[in-house]
Amino acid sequence: MKNIKEVLSDLSFFSDMSDEMLEFIAACGQNMHFSPDEYVGRESGSADYLFVITKGNIAVQLEHPTKGTFTIRSLHDGEIAGFSWIIPPYRMQFDLKAREHTSVVALDAGCVRKKCEEDHHLGYLMMKQSAIIMNKRLEDTRVQLMDIYSGRV
Amino acid sequence: MNGSPWNPVLYKVSSKSIENADLLTFELDPVGDEAIDPIAPGQFNMLYAFGIGEIPISVSSILPSYPTLVHTIQDVGRVSKSLIQLPVGDIIGVRGPFGPEWPVAQVKSKDVLLIAGGVGLCPLRPVIEYILDHREQFGEVNVLFGTRHPDNIIYHRDIISWQSDPSINFQITVDHAFPSWRGNVGVVTHLIDKAKFYPENTISFLCGPEVMMRFGIYACLDAGISEDMVYLSMERNMKCAIGLCGHCQVGPYFTCKDGAVFPYTMMKPYLNISEL
Ligand SMILES: Cc1cc2nc3c(=O)[nH]c(=O)nc-3n(C[C@H](O)[C@H](O)[C@H](O)COP(=O)(O)OP(=O)(O)OC[C@H]3O[C@@H](n4cnc5c(N)ncnc54)[C@H](O)[C@@H]3O)c2cc1C
Repeated sequence: MKNIKEVLSDLSFFSDMSDEMLEFIAACGQNMHFSPDEYVGRESGSADYLFVITKGNIAVQLEHPTKGTFTIRSLHDGEIAGFSWIIPPYRMQFDLKAREHTSVVALDAGCVRKKCEEDHHLGYLMMKQSAIIMNKRLEDTRVQLMDIYSGRV
Repeated sequence: MNGSPWNPVLYKVSSKSIENADLLTFELDPVGDEAIDPIAPGQFNMLYAFGIGEIPISVSSILPSYPTLVHTIQDVGRVSKSLIQLPVGDIIGVRGPFGPEWPVAQVKSKDVLLIAGGVGLCPLRPVIEYILDHREQFGEVNVLFGTRHPDNIIYHRDIISWQSDPSINFQITVDHAFPSWRGNVGVVTHLIDKAKFYPENTISFLCGPEVMMRFGIYACLDAGISEDMVYLSMERNMKCAIGLCGHCQVGPYFTCKDGAVFPYTMMKPYLNISEL
């Protein structure tokens, strides 16, 4: 089985990082496992972790008062779940729920933030990679909002 | 094409199957001895509901039993609704086949990436059928299908069989889902990470809403697929289907006569010009 540093080094998110940086970040990580339908994080909770999915499937969800649960996005192996850890006030904006047996590397947000403050180059790389993903998700959400399949092409 | 391109050939509705709330698949058989020429993946016919009007509809499956035709129609307006409401045994007019084919028979040994959005799966289903019938001629085969909601998924039986076929990587995603949906949620381009292909040896066909195709094209190019290996089906509203009326014009091209299937390199200058 791969150790946390090896898991992270396989992902494009961490690909620009030096060995030392990876070592640093990996030291903030722990493996966690979730059963189907178990919450990985709850909306309004404190954003204590950045989750790197190693196996499984996490749904990003929002509760509607009358219409039930909306799944906004599903995330899979190799993807990152949870970006609230990087943006004050570090509050989860959505529920994260495992849809099947799911394993993650959970990076302790406080630990990563501290290291990013200490090493701004590392902080820049974390920010840059996060911005790439957040931008892609924003772009995807805008397309979803257009409801392009609602009529004929 | 048989006879004049203006003259419809009479076909009767021989079967109808419901795909979802507003989408039906029809099998049509010629009423007499006359039939249109065999149709190929990517081509379309003009289907005429007598007294109402005529609309272009892609071939959505190619049966070995020529001259039976298979078309899938979504109820969006006057003509499509009246076609969908026709009972089995009723007669319609068919003109066609029109347009170029998906260049599927010319891409042997390539990896294939099909990206379909919504009803855009209809014109791509014959491509999947062709590939599965000639599986040894292709490399990796990926089909990424995005639709609005699990209720809008079509071709259930085919999809179950494609998903359980190890020789093809078929992935579905929906834009919006009910709570019990355990599949993917998100835009179709998100699925490209789950596709297996060597970009330098890959051909991609896209069909769906134009916005989806634009983002799909960017995803293909970002993944390293060469521009000239990307094809799309431009399903612009059309009337005559023979390049006379200009309804379906995109820049200098008529989607009826020059398409609907186009190489991306031909459409590239026109794709994001508003109201063209
Ligand atoms: C080459 C080609 C292949 C097609 N294949 C299929 C198919 O396999 N199955 C299928 O269900 N439909 C297909 N279509 C679309 C179909 O032709 C239209 O839905 C149909 O013409 C609508 O006619 P109508 O009288 O029912 O609706 P209308 O009353 O004419 O239109 C209803 C609404 O749909 C819009 N609309 C109509 N046609 C289009 C279009 N082509 N693109 C975007 N918006 C449109 C209109 O602007 C209007 O808002 C294809 C179109 C083309 C050009």
